[in-house]
Amino acid sequence: MTDLAQRAHSRVKLFNRICFGVLIAFALLWLVPLAWALDTALKPNAETTKTTWAIADPTLDAFSRVLRDTDILTWFGSSLFIATMSAVGTVLVASLAAYALSRMRFRYRTVVFWAVLAGIMIPGQVLIVPWFREFDALGMLNTWWAVSLPQIPTAIAVFIFKQFFDGLPRELEEVARLDGAGYLRIYRRIIMPLARPAVAAVAIFTFVTSWNDLLWPLLVLSNPDIMTVPVGLSTVQGSFGIRYADTMASAILGAIPLVAVFLLFQRNIVEGIAGSGLKG
Amino acid sequence: MTTETVVRPRPATEDGTPPEQRHGTGLPALGFLAPFLLLYLAFVIGPTLYGLVMSFFDTSLVKPGLSGFAGFGNYAEALQSADFWSSLWHTVWFTILTTPPLIALAFIFALLADRAKNGRWFFRLAFFAPYILPSAVVALIWIFIYTPGLGLLETALGTIGITSPNWLGDPVWAMPSLAMTTVWWTLGFNFVLYLAGLQEIPRDLYEASAMDGASPWQQIRKITIPMLARTTTLVAVLQVIASLKVFDQMYIMTSGGPNFATRSILEYVYDEGFTNFRVGYAAAVSMLFFLVVLMVSAVWFSIVRRQEKET
Repeated sequence: MTDLAQRAHSRVKLFNRICFGVLIAFALLWLVPLAWALDTALKPNAETTKTTWAIADPTLDAFSRVLRDTDILTWFGSSLFIATMSAVGTVLVASLAAYALSRMRFRYRTVVFWAVLAGIMIPGQVLIVPWFREFDALGMLNTWWAVSLPQIPTAIAVFIFKQFFDGLPRELEEVARLDGAGYLRIYRRIIMPLARPAVAAVAIFTFVTSWNDLLWPLLVLSNPDIMTVPVGLSTVQGSFGIRYADTMASAILGAIPLVAVFLLFQRNIVEGIAGSGLKG
Repeated sequence: MTTETVVRPRPATEDGTPPEQRHGTGLPALGFLAPFLLLYLAFVIGPTLYGLVMSFFDTSLVKPGLSGFAGFGNYAEALQSADFWSSLWHTVWFTILTTPPLIALAFIFALLADRAKNGRWFFRLAFFAPYILPSAVVALIWIFIYTPGLGLLETALGTIGITSPNWLGDPVWAMPSLAMTTVWWTLGFNFVLYLAGLQEIPRDLYEASAMDGASPWQQIRKITIPMLARTTTLVAVLQVIASLKVFDQMYIMTSGGPNFATRSILEYVYDEGFTNFRVGYAAAVSMLFFLVVLMVSAVWFSIVRRQEKET
């Protein structure tokens, strides 16, 4: 190696080291709010007025008070049911539709395709008024269905599945068809098992989006017994007053299921975003 | 249907088309599409048209039916309403405050993380974990951080001699505070998009330029930024649209206040439709908002087409 190249090399090394240091500093800064919430939740309420990280008398009382005094466990149940319904429903109807668009020839195929494409442009937020009237007329306000059903026909999910199906080799299907397998059998036995990465991405994303949704559930769920976690937390926000440990404990409890989802499916989530760039 | 029964018995090789074209599949296709299309009609297409119709009527939340025809009355009222324009401006202001940092910081962090040889899982955890939290959780934590007198931010700034404003209570500072919370909350999404974009840049481009004596800074300017142009377009548009749809942070953290200084357009729809029961008017405001989102998408579409032509 020449002298010049060596100097350049060590300069690059130094540059990389500085970069790494800066990044670590920012990453730690990014963790501060969560760490602070956890720290506060472990304090007795009386201690939370002192802004220090040290806890003289750490306790889990705040968590047990929140679990006892709020309906948070009911909200977990509600959110879990609604988010699961939405995820399963979306995967099912979107993959079926995408299979037809990817593998079948039929009249108006292009029309259907463009009609679905147009749906990507329509944000659910502009539909809250008609949705409300619709579910009001059906007498379905304050039900899990009212929250879950509008989230199921997601145009972008059809596209993710179609894109994935288009990339699958067709030889297996040919063989299966020669053996007399129908479309439904091929979809169930060949296509869906191969499409596991797409299923995971769509399911996880629908689940998280549905779990975190606030505006629409806030409108349709006024009964505390079926509120979702975000709606419930937004109603208790004022009621804790200056009991900051309790407030932070409720925030931590509300975060736990999603942190678990994140830790379990980190790779699927990251690959899902990188592959399709979907956003709520 | 008749054509299908005619087509099906044809010998496989007769017209040489791929097998899926040989089978007439009108009926099974309908079966596969039906569940999606029915829900799609009921909850996307139908409501869009219903909302459009409703926007021309004086529909009330507490009365059945559409009520009296208003023509363009709702639209005219919205366009002349100071509340409409101020909430639209708040939404745009929020978008202006959040979009540049959410693009720039995500880019810088991804660039730095891409150079790091190890510890990537840690950076992903730190930057991305907040993104999957519910807005309510984020709001509770940040309300506490912003609390006057004992909040973490005020205390931290106090130790380096900076006096804090009343973050959420001051009409001037409330929106930047909400923006700061949002940057912390959603940066991870753009970070991951940029990381993916960076991985697609061929490594030999860097090696070749390093041979030619290019410094890291020159490499970033001459290779990385141009190669990431498409990712940046995508990130920017998704970010602008997401920011325009802001509701949760304001609703929970400031209730649109102080003195309506942070009321977003969606919160205005919420207030008019569900507090004042004027759903016809709220539908008209929704349509105007939809128009804004469509215009952003149209601009994006034209940029993407130009980028595709260039390459």
